[in-house]
Amino acid sequence: MLRTRSLDINTMVAPLCNGLLRQAVTCLRQSRQTFANRPLSRDALRRLASTLAVLEQRDGKLNMSSLASISAAKKVGGSIHGFVAGSNVKTVADEAAKVEGLEKVIFVENGAYDKGLPENWAPLLVENIKKGGYTHVMAGHSAFGKNLMPRVSALLDVQQISDITDIQGEDTFVRPIYAGNAILTVQTEDSPKIVTVRGTAFPAGAAEGGSASVEEGTDPKAECPTEWVSEDLAKSDRPDLASAEKVVSGGRGLKSKEEFDKLMPPLADALGAAIGASRAAVDSGFADNSLQVGQTGKNVAPQLYLCAGISGAIQHLAGMKDSKVIAAINKDPDAPIFQVADVGLVGDLFEKVPELTEKLKSS
Amino acid sequence: MSSKLRILVPVKRVIDYAVKPRVNKAQTGVETNVKHSMNPFDELSVEEAVRLREKKKDVEDILAFSAGPAKSQDILRTAMAMGADRGIHVVEEKTELEPLGVAKLLKKVVEEEKRNLVILGKQSIDDDANQTGQMLAGLLNWPQATQASKIEIDGETVTVTKEVDGGVETVKANLPMIITTDLRLNEPRYASLPNIMKAKKKPLEKKSLSDYGVDAAKRLKTIKVTEPPARQGGGKVEDVDGMISKLKELGAL
Repeated sequence: MLRTRSLDINTMVAPLCNGLLRQAVTCLRQSRQTFANRPLSRDALRRLASTLAVLEQRDGKLNMSSLASISAAKKVGGSIHGFVAGSNVKTVADEAAKVEGLEKVIFVENGAYDKGLPENWAPLLVENIKKGGYTHVMAGHSAFGKNLMPRVSALLDVQQISDITDIQGEDTFVRPIYAGNAILTVQTEDSPKIVTVRGTAFPAGAAEGGSASVEEGTDPKAECPTEWVSEDLAKSDRPDLASAEKVVSGGRGLKSKEEFDKLMPPLADALGAAIGASRAAVDSGFADNSLQVGQTGKNVAPQLYLCAGISGAIQHLAGMKDSKVIAAINKDPDAPIFQVADVGLVGDLFEKVPELTEKLKSS
Repeated sequence: MSSKLRILVPVKRVIDYAVKPRVNKAQTGVETNVKHSMNPFDELSVEEAVRLREKKKDVEDILAFSAGPAKSQDILRTAMAMGADRGIHVVEEKTELEPLGVAKLLKKVVEEEKRNLVILGKQSIDDDANQTGQMLAGLLNWPQATQASKIEIDGETVTVTKEVDGGVETVKANLPMIITTDLRLNEPRYASLPNIMKAKKKPLEKKSLSDYGVDAAKRLKTIKVTEPPARQGGGKVEDVDGMISKLKELGAL
């Protein structure tokens, strides 16, 4: 349609200012083509989507929550390759080869990659992305993915799309913005398309049933100017917060670390839940930073999110409002948390939480 | 041998964190006719830069930078009132810059202004991308430390404690370096009235994208912006027994 009309204009006005107009029309046609036609023809000619899913490992064990990037890649279609790197990583590669949906696992055996430092990881990924000619690269929106993938994107001159929650086509992605208060659907022409994936928005994927081939990748052995010094990780026997089925979470209303430690762990134990906290609770020192749920902490979407003493600021809601069932105990009947809670109990948490814990234990 | 710190703190004007954003009728974005302020993570960057000088580190100068509409100037004045020495404002009304474009712009600023330390917020609370600092580090091929909760500088060596999943991690690198801030890093100060007055006299340079020769054309096309699905809340129960039976009914127990 565009073409016929522009042709008409051309023939009609051509004697007047032929060259200039033609130039403008060509310009217009090209710019239209960019978004409307290219993906289509690309799709029609060859369905060649191929995704590199960056998998995480720690001490020779595959990080299961990083498998969400494989589930996301399945939505794009085409072939999916997994990528792991580190020392003694062949065993991790073999483990990953069993993950359903993977066609190939590429591994790079080198202890320099154990700590996930982006300075040498980024050149490593760039090399292997170029070698494999991938159309998509996906990683979890974890501390590792957040740190690394934008660096990779910059090296490839690509505008990354962060923390996607849905895929609507090979070039169209959905992600929350403004602390989850708006949902953005965005289209990209960049190639490869680099995205980080919100773990709770995609199924974890089956760790069994696959039979991918395992192949060694290229190692550019880039120098790393950064030295890893140490880490201090909170140890816990409880389920991992980001992937737990149930989460109990405490806020400012708990008043002190002593009360937090007295009330929350027994409730978590009674439910087999992970423990979370609001920013207020973390800032006041009631709970460890790594337990923070919200825009700047973790995103969780458990079957049950039970919170006590949390008012429900938008930054907190950003991290938990995709939970299946939300239950809240708060003494303020007007607390915003009650606007999203499926089950709300107005009352003093210092009475209600122990009572709830007891009744859950005996039931 | 220690070199003087020439710090760059990029700051962004965003919708105030306490305002609940509303999606516009045309579904092209959110209503922007609301209160704006400095991105909270950028306040932390400015604060940290100022504290480095207060800790008697050898700080040559602190340069605040922002790219965006004319009103971004207010944010730069705030940064200067907090203690930044001067500002550069790349005035850009039409295009909303994406992290890659900003990173390319910042690379030019770093080179022209001979910066050796850039402290950025870990993410802006509007697009929640969490990319710019890492992209800048990649473009410059500098070391990066993201989500910093503690920064120690000893001569050329920078030691940073970072917030990671499940705890903290410490890394060390030499200047020049890129650091992004996490909420735990510090408690930003309020600018006092005398300092706000003084900030009005500090130099603020206005520039344009073309001055830096940066192509910051948008790569991503917004298809639509929608409201998130609303939750049906408000189901209150009388007591703990009521709560347990309702949770059972909902299949959560």
